[in-house]
Amino acid sequence: MSSAAPNNHTESKNGETMLSARQLFCARDDRVLFKDLDFDLIEGQVLQVQGSNGSGKTTLMRILCGLNDNYEGSIKWYGQDIAEQAAGFFSSLLYIGHRVGVSKVLNPIENLRWSCSLLQAVSDEQIMNALKEVGLRGFEESPCYTLSAGQQQRVSLARLIISPARLWVLDEPFTTLDAKGVAQLENFLQSQAQSGGSVMVTTHHKLNIPQLNILSLG
Amino acid sequence: MHDNHTTTSAAFWATLKRDLLIAFKKKNDVVNPFMFFIIVVSLFPIGISPESERLTEIAAGVIWISVLLASMLSMDSLYRSDYEDGSLEQLLLSPHPLFFLVLAKNISHWLVSGLPVVLVSPLLAYMLALPQEAYGTLVLSLLLGTPIMSLIGSIAVALTVGLGSRGLILAVITLPMSVPVLIFGTLAVQATLNSLSPVGYLSLMLVMLSVSISLAPLASAAALRISVN
Repeated sequence: MSSAAPNNHTESKNGETMLSARQLFCARDDRVLFKDLDFDLIEGQVLQVQGSNGSGKTTLMRILCGLNDNYEGSIKWYGQDIAEQAAGFFSSLLYIGHRVGVSKVLNPIENLRWSCSLLQAVSDEQIMNALKEVGLRGFEESPCYTLSAGQQQRVSLARLIISPARLWVLDEPFTTLDAKGVAQLENFLQSQAQSGGSVMVTTHHKLNIPQLNILSLG
Repeated sequence: MHDNHTTTSAAFWATLKRDLLIAFKKKNDVVNPFMFFIIVVSLFPIGISPESERLTEIAAGVIWISVLLASMLSMDSLYRSDYEDGSLEQLLLSPHPLFFLVLAKNISHWLVSGLPVVLVSPLLAYMLALPQEAYGTLVLSLLLGTPIMSLIGSIAVALTVGLGSRGLILAVITLPMSVPVLIFGTLAVQATLNSLSPVGYLSLMLVMLSVSISLAPLASAAALRISVN
């Protein structure tokens, strides 16, 4: 595929650069997904990654989270290599991928109890409130295989409410949501940005958020 | 912001509890290997001979081999569904050392697949006419050996979890590595039958268990990172 250029280098009014990527290069099966990719993610910013299907959006997200190491270039977290900062980086990171990390045999409460507790101490009350907020009231005790894809997505989105993570990396979080869910998620992204956190999100959806910046791939 | 982050031990217990809960809810994954174990052992008296002298000779080997096969059968459930639903990625992205989280998963796996087999083994030993004085050694050797199999199997499953069609590859990786456990396990029981002390063999198994506990989760963690890549 063709190379990518950062579309929009942002106003740095909000504060420090959280994540900065320089000269990122990634190829898969002799196909260059992106090269010389530079971008900064600043506190209080929502960065939407755009690109056609197969342009490497998911790969980029996974590279940033350290799930994929088939790349060249540097990624820094507050100016330091992620490898040196691993504990700090991972305790500030919340990633929701295509596979949302919701076990089908467990119910939403049990799922969140585990996935949240990897990051922070969490009470059942917090979980119940978060589930109520994402519209899963009444489904708290249903095994997740009885829930629809959108509802399972909502279970994973409940983590956004509970989590203190400063950096959200969300890969196609809008796909299965209904209109109301989309609006709600936009609100979440906005309030994360307002509180000084940052979001990287891939979606084909047109986001309606003031702090939005766009990174185009491919 | 940072004051309510979990400790590693809290993450460890949360993972252990979650896996036990999943095992409790997906009873098939637990019951099938266990039934398989009992059935395989029961086939030997039928297929070979019901005479107790001949059964006594092969009892330890039969039980140990069946345990090995049953543990192969149960391994697949260790990471597969986590890989498919994305929970594995969440595990890898946790700020805690993956070593302990993998260890928690392995312990949970052993509690639901290894421990029941150990507990039922005296009953099957009775069926195979193993003399009573060897029961203790058998149970003890299984108690030391089954966790080693879970830990070794975990490496193989972690390596192959990303592959679409695994088929026999899991057995090809795991079984050769389990041979020492099989040897010392059966030798310990044979020693008791010959009125010798099994302590030497059991100590060796204890050493193998200690080495596996300290190294195998590291290997599993590295293998998981490769599989998810």
